[in-house]
Amino acid sequence: MAVNCKLDVVACYPITPTTHLTEELNKYYADGKIPEYITVEAEFSAISALIGASATGARTFTTTGGQGLLYMHEPLFSAAGMRLPIVMLVGNRAVSSPLNIWNDEQDSISQRDTGWIQIYCKNNQEAVDTIPQAFYIAEKILLPVMVCVDGHYLTHAVEQVDVADESIVQKFLPPYKYPLKLDPENPVSLGVYANPTHYQIFREDIMKDMESSKELILEAGKKWGQLTGREYGLIREYMVADADRVIVGVGSLIDNVITVVNELRENGEKVGALHLRVFRPFPREELKKALAGKKVAVIDRDISIGGAAPIFVEVAEALNGTKAEVSSFYGGLGGRGIKRTHIRDVFEKMKKGARREWIATEAPKSAMSG
Amino acid sequence: MIIPHAKPGSSTQNLTGEWKAYMPIVTGDKCIKCGICQNFCPEGIMGEVKKIPEIDYEYCKGCSICANECPVKCIAMERVEED
Amino acid sequence: MSKQSEMHLYAPGHSGCPGCGPSNALIQVCDTLGKDIIVVNATGCMEITSSQYPETAWRVPYIHSLFENAPAVASGVAAALKAAGNDHTKVVVIAGDGSTYDIGFGSFSGMLERGDNVLYVCYDNQLYANTGVQKSGATPYGAATTTTVVGKVHKGKETERKPIMEIVAAHGAQYCASASIAYYADLQMKLKKAKAVKGPSFVVIDAPCCLGAGFDGAITMKVSKLSVAARLWFLYEIENGQYKMNFNPANPKPVKEPLELQKRFKHLSPEQIEHIQRMANLNYETLLEKSGMKPPAAPSQPPAPPSQAPPQAPQPTPAKA
Repeated sequence: MAVNCKLDVVACYPITPTTHLTEELNKYYADGKIPEYITVEAEFSAISALIGASATGARTFTTTGGQGLLYMHEPLFSAAGMRLPIVMLVGNRAVSSPLNIWNDEQDSISQRDTGWIQIYCKNNQEAVDTIPQAFYIAEKILLPVMVCVDGHYLTHAVEQVDVADESIVQKFLPPYKYPLKLDPENPVSLGVYANPTHYQIFREDIMKDMESSKELILEAGKKWGQLTGREYGLIREYMVADADRVIVGVGSLIDNVITVVNELRENGEKVGALHLRVFRPFPREELKKALAGKKVAVIDRDISIGGAAPIFVEVAEALNGTKAEVSSFYGGLGGRGIKRTHIRDVFEKMKKGARREWIATEAPKSAMSG
Repeated sequence: MIIPHAKPGSSTQNLTGEWKAYMPIVTGDKCIKCGICQNFCPEGIMGEVKKIPEIDYEYCKGCSICANECPVKCIAMERVEED
Repeated sequence: MSKQSEMHLYAPGHSGCPGCGPSNALIQVCDTLGKDIIVVNATGCMEITSSQYPETAWRVPYIHSLFENAPAVASGVAAALKAAGNDHTKVVVIAGDGSTYDIGFGSFSGMLERGDNVLYVCYDNQLYANTGVQKSGATPYGAATTTTVVGKVHKGKETERKPIMEIVAAHGAQYCASASIAYYADLQMKLKKAKAVKGPSFVVIDAPCCLGAGFDGAITMKVSKLSVAARLWFLYEIENGQYKMNFNPANPKPVKEPLELQKRFKHLSPEQIEHIQRMANLNYETLLEKSGMKPPAAPSQPPAPPSQAPPQAPQPTPAKA
């Protein structure tokens, strides 16, 4: 799908679980469908190369996850601070140490402060639909976007998807024009050094623009819906309106929650699921509107060691003062599955008051089983 | 939406000539127009190469490289007058 | 605005120290390479002194991202130019020795291996200047810096510099050149040759830092000239693997002469100076031979640096079998 977006420069480094994506992209390059593919020697250099390319007016894309994303940490801030519309697909993977190649969202959630827009896809259809939207949003607001997709659960899943063809993407996505691109005809200096008088001006501006990107995300989602019949927003509610208990999460876990919701609804339980599609910018108002006064459980497949779970913290803050009762369940780390029994368990526990605890705590029978 | 950037050559707003305690004074008729001072100046403000140096004192920091390197010693460093 | 301040592609008003060697290098680099370039700068003195918002001394398109990623950023710029069908604008990395020899080394190696069309200019002042004079991979043996402090046990840097020219040439770069700000005609010639290469090329410039090495900015050029004359810095090229010495210091000045001008060497013991002298001569012999200016002789062993460790306690005699 990325190729349908008329990429100019791609720079990739292989890492599980996105290695096969870097290989696919190279095949397109070998056939002349992507003009430039830089085989960088490190993920750090991948994002750095795209900083240079994007600033020179090229539409850029890369893919990584886990350790690779962590290695990009420093240039992620630089790319956002320089207002470069790079798009990256993150195949969510656990972080070392210990080494683990399987899924959780510690990698991308720990990058939430970098200034990148973060969109989480709960299945592969969403992923292929979100990539063109990511370019649309990035290039209008001049902020980089990471499209997050659960490693292995989604990156290695076989799913029937409708990949919108190039003609639709071309209708949707205007050509990329960076307003201050590096050009000897207009020799500006990018990436300047700012002293205490000036630095905060830029940070205030990026915060403001990150907030206003919410409208753009909705605009992109709506326009995409008009062209394909599949509309997207900041959150997606599933039977939330009349629910007394709602589970909130990012990623593929939510489709599992929806299955349990359907099951429990058969028995008359008023439960719902809310997919937090966009984590940055954080959709405070939308969450408040959907969840005010309800019992909410946030499932975090990520932790902040020494503090409360990251997604829970922000949801709880948004619902502060609305009489919602917010619980935190964290776990399913390193590929340990969050199964339907766990989810049913969460809905049960929610009847008995707010709590903060681990989920999926039993060690699996064999090292490899989820 | 602000892209942090700076306009080319805008550093000229910064008059670094105020830094100097000593300023180079050229005795033009001794100059052999070798071009060494113009090429060596770290500020690039000695004027055109192969001509008698014309110094832009608004930027000259008084480093004295020109005076030191002049093969005929036609540049002397003199104390800047306090205002 | 006077005409002098408009003359160069690197403008005055930057905050380089009076007598700053690297600042002079930038003027030479920009003017020689011309307007049709894109400069990719690494964090360092030249980046900080040139581009404090809202001012910039650069009159060519310029981008700075981080300390260690300039070569990767340059690869990206080069790729974008190619994708846009631009085959004339030259991408130029300008980085200090800190970025080149150390923190950006991996990124640099990657760029070289990929054969990206980038001219890499390193202004080498042999230390991390902007953070207050710490040692870099380019710092020579014996030099005092704030991380090779002269104390009771250790007396300055205990290892030699990285042989950056040979490292870059070993990657297969078609053109590598070692130059000096004090020899500007030679430097300009080398920059032009490097620019003409389609693929990676490298110019490392001896650009002494007065504050860092400890001498008055007035003698910056003199220090570089003496370094060249004393075989502490060589003017040479490696073109497609062929060595060429541009200046042959056959009758060299003793190393003592440039060393005694710099505070960073004032602590040197006679043994340390002797070691530096022997290494200077050995490096010269090696370069002479590689340049085909002398027939190969029996390989001489580089002398071991004088021991910095405190004297060893006598070893116990092994028990007889």
